[in-house]
Amino acid sequence: MNRILEKKQLSETVFSMRVEAPLIACERKAGQFIILQLCEDFGERIPLTVADADLAAGSITLIFQAVGKTTKKLARMEVGDKIAALVGPLGTPTHIENFGTVVCVGGGIGVAPLHPIAQAMKAAGNHVTIIMGARNKDLIILEDEMRAIADELILCTDDGSYGRKCLVTEPLKELCEQDPKPDLAVAIGPPIMMKFCAETTRPYEVPTQVSLNTIMVDGTGMCGGCRVTVGDETKFVCVDGPEFDGHLVDFDNMINRLNSYKKQEEHDCKIGLEGEAS
Amino acid sequence: MTYIPSEKLAEDAKKVLEEVNAKTEPLGPRDRMAIPAQEMPSQDPAVRRSNMEEVALGYTPEQAKLEAERCLQCKTAPCIAGCPVGIDIPGFIQAIADGDNKKAVDILKQDSLLPAVCGRVCPQETQCQAPCTVGKVLKSVDKAVSIGRLERYVADWERENDLVEIPAVKPETGKKVGIIGTGPAGLTVAADIRREGHSVVLFEAFHKPGGVMVYGIPEFRLPKAIVQKEIDALTAMGCELKPNFVIGRTRKVADLLKEDSFDALFIGTGAGLPRFMNIEGENLVGVYSANEYLTRSNLMRAYDKARADTPIFASEKVAVFGGGNVAMDAARTAVRLGAKEVHLIYRRTEVEMPARVEEVGHAKEEGVIFHLLENPKRILSDERGWVRGIECLRYELGEPDDSGRRRPVAIEGSEFEIDLDTVIVAIGNDSNPLIRQTTPGLETNKWGNIVADENGKSSLDRIYAGGDIVLGAATVILAMGEGRKAAAAMNRMLSEI
Ligand SMILES: Cc1cc2nc3c(=O)[nH]c(=O)nc-3n(C[C@H](O)[C@H](O)[C@H](O)COP(=O)(O)OP(=O)(O)OC[C@H]3O[C@@H](n4cnc5c(N)ncnc54)[C@H](O)[C@@H]3O)c2cc1C
Ligand SMILES: Cc1cc2nc3c(=O)[nH]c(=O)nc-3n(C[C@H](O)[C@H](O)[C@H](O)COP(=O)(O)OP(=O)(O)OC[C@H]3O[C@@H](n4cnc5c(N)ncnc54)[C@H](O)[C@@H]3O)c2cc1C
Ligand code: SF4
Ligand code: SF4
Ligand code: FES
Repeated sequence: MNRILEKKQLSETVFSMRVEAPLIACERKAGQFIILQLCEDFGERIPLTVADADLAAGSITLIFQAVGKTTKKLARMEVGDKIAALVGPLGTPTHIENFGTVVCVGGGIGVAPLHPIAQAMKAAGNHVTIIMGARNKDLIILEDEMRAIADELILCTDDGSYGRKCLVTEPLKELCEQDPKPDLAVAIGPPIMMKFCAETTRPYEVPTQVSLNTIMVDGTGMCGGCRVTVGDETKFVCVDGPEFDGHLVDFDNMINRLNSYKKQEEHDCKIGLEGEAS
Repeated sequence: MTYIPSEKLAEDAKKVLEEVNAKTEPLGPRDRMAIPAQEMPSQDPAVRRSNMEEVALGYTPEQAKLEAERCLQCKTAPCIAGCPVGIDIPGFIQAIADGDNKKAVDILKQDSLLPAVCGRVCPQETQCQAPCTVGKVLKSVDKAVSIGRLERYVADWERENDLVEIPAVKPETGKKVGIIGTGPAGLTVAADIRREGHSVVLFEAFHKPGGVMVYGIPEFRLPKAIVQKEIDALTAMGCELKPNFVIGRTRKVADLLKEDSFDALFIGTGAGLPRFMNIEGENLVGVYSANEYLTRSNLMRAYDKARADTPIFASEKVAVFGGGNVAMDAARTAVRLGAKEVHLIYRRTEVEMPARVEEVGHAKEEGVIFHLLENPKRILSDERGWVRGIECLRYELGEPDDSGRRRPVAIEGSEFEIDLDTVIVAIGNDSNPLIRQTTPGLETNKWGNIVADENGKSSLDRIYAGGDIVLGAATVILAMGEGRKAAAAMNRMLSEI
């Protein structure tokens, strides 16, 4: 049982929670995630990135978007409530070293998992440029935190309500065209955004890491539900990833697999939240 | 197999027992062999297709008594050699015949900690029942004494009558043992080590303990409440359970020894890495590993659609690849989840199927369609990237291979298609690499299994291992047997430090 110590609402649908988890706080590294469950008997297991950790307080921070059944239930929980099961840190940590210049691209909620990576990249001595994008101003999260890390910060919104009116791929392309071009790009966000970031950097041969958010069950390599095609190989996101070479990932297959339960879950969400008859 | 209602079986048994009891002379071998082999009462196939409850209902007292009377009490007891843990089989069966169930349980428990489980899931027809004299004389292993069913009968009797005793624990020694994984291997080691007075902490990656017994083997074959009882007994003995704890991630093996002051560790992490076939279309939407399918259904209770948050496909036409217990469990789960057609595809014949004979019979009764000597070549996609069917090849049996089984050979040009919406791959499991990758110096073989000596000791000091992580995907009883051996060696080691 892990107690919720603090809760903040970052935007209409995005929440930040500080949760008691002393061992995970101590072990976790950038790029790793946890799996949580709100009821041991009937709850589903969902993965969330460890966005931050406080060793002294023995807590980790989770930042999540309420999109479906479990994340919506979680969003309704309050300080003092306990999360039934929480396991981690899972996944292979991000490979951090001094690459030179690193451009970090975060889309929507993807900024949350990007934060610890940008932080670690900066600490390793990299020149860090951060591109953050969202549909509109209200959906921009962690701006101050990212600004504190970035050597350069570029904000964009789809509707131009804040920063540049463009998709994140536009400034990314400009950076790739510069001389010298970035040594590494890290892109985290909706699968479709990661796909286009990888397409943007491909002609410039800028190595591009993406962090895949597949559906998971155990998170320890036991079920294969999280598998993706990377190059010619099948990889398990929970143990081989979550980060992969964006130029090799078969995004179309991954997006398809993410939608496996869309029909059932849309249905569930309606009954669960609005009490509509099915 | 034709289905006989349990009421009829019970009635028949009563009658025969009266006749047997009416005899004044002691029963001779001929009389014993004339007693009809007792069938296991089971739920009507038509009914059980749509529920998750246990299929096999267990013997009535009359059936148990009759089946026990069939045992010839052979001096050489060839059955014992067939049991991986060497249970005194004639001994416990005689106790049942004598009406002393308590004594029967005590005999069983000398060698097996999980008789209610093993009685249900052991592949008896290839183990204890294979060499049974009665089966030999009657020329059919089906007619051997049903040792497993009797084992289940007394273990259930003990549990249902609340007679299970918590084993006594010796005074605390101050020594501490960590057990990684809570499958049958880990649970066994926990009990045997705790008994000696050492403190025991069990680490489990999942939110519930029990290993394959809870996430893999379905409720209709092994009720979860039985496994839970075993776990309750361990906590009552003072073992500490830490679920949601992945060794290698939450804490590493070396940290447990160096920083958390464990005196010894047992690794029983099982063989939880699903194998795929590496054929075209395996990552399409609608393709599951059996592990995922069964975990969603069993552990996450997706079958309880009204209450569970975890989704599972509502499939119409399912194919399961494989012929082992895992494949049968997946196919029979698909039936219960409402699939209209379930095809089981296996490239050899029924004789070579590694599944328990009883499960094969049950699967057929439940309407699973068997495709023998066939194997998928690729999985076909619709325009959206979802499964639409499979292309299969027909096979014939060729020369025997290294395993002595005749090798299946594809018949050229025999391709044909089956329309489907779901595929479940159940062709086996390899060992999970997490501990190996995070524990420098731990020796493993080319399959990734931990190398352990005859005492279960690994290449590292104070670290033991057993069960599927050492044997490769094996059985509950073997995992338990290995656990007992390792626990004995660990107790010796602990008494010397
Ligand atoms: C390694 C990893 C790290 C992640 N980190 C974060 C994080 O830090 N913050 C965060 O908000 N989310 C994160 N996610 C995504 C998060 O796990 C999903 O949003 C969550 O599982 C949805 O569960 P739900 O029950 O609320 O929604 P559901 O009811 O399961 O689904 C609602 C909708 O979301 C879609 N969906 C389901 N699973 C996912 C998924 N894994 N990713 C994207 N969409 C999905 C479904 O298609 C459906 O349309 C991460 C995923 C992974 C694999
Ligand atoms: C579907 C299915 C049906 C089967 N049917 C039969 C049958 O009918 N008869 C039979 O005899 N055998 C059967 N088996 C095989 C049998 O279940 C196994 O041989 C047996 O369970 C192995 O026991 P174990 O203790 O080695 O490991 P497991 O039962 O696999 O337990 C290992 C446990 O360790 C945990 N774990 C793994 N890694 C870590 C880690 N790093 N940190 C913490 N915990 C970890 C796992 O979550 C799991 O709970 C079946 C197997 C399956 C999958
Ligand atoms: S433990 Fe298994 S093999 Fe041994 S006697 Fe019991 S059923 Fe037979
Ligand atoms: S071999 Fe069969 S008949 Fe003989 S003792 Fe064993 S169970 Fe009884
Ligand atoms: S989540 Fe099960 S293998 Fe990755």
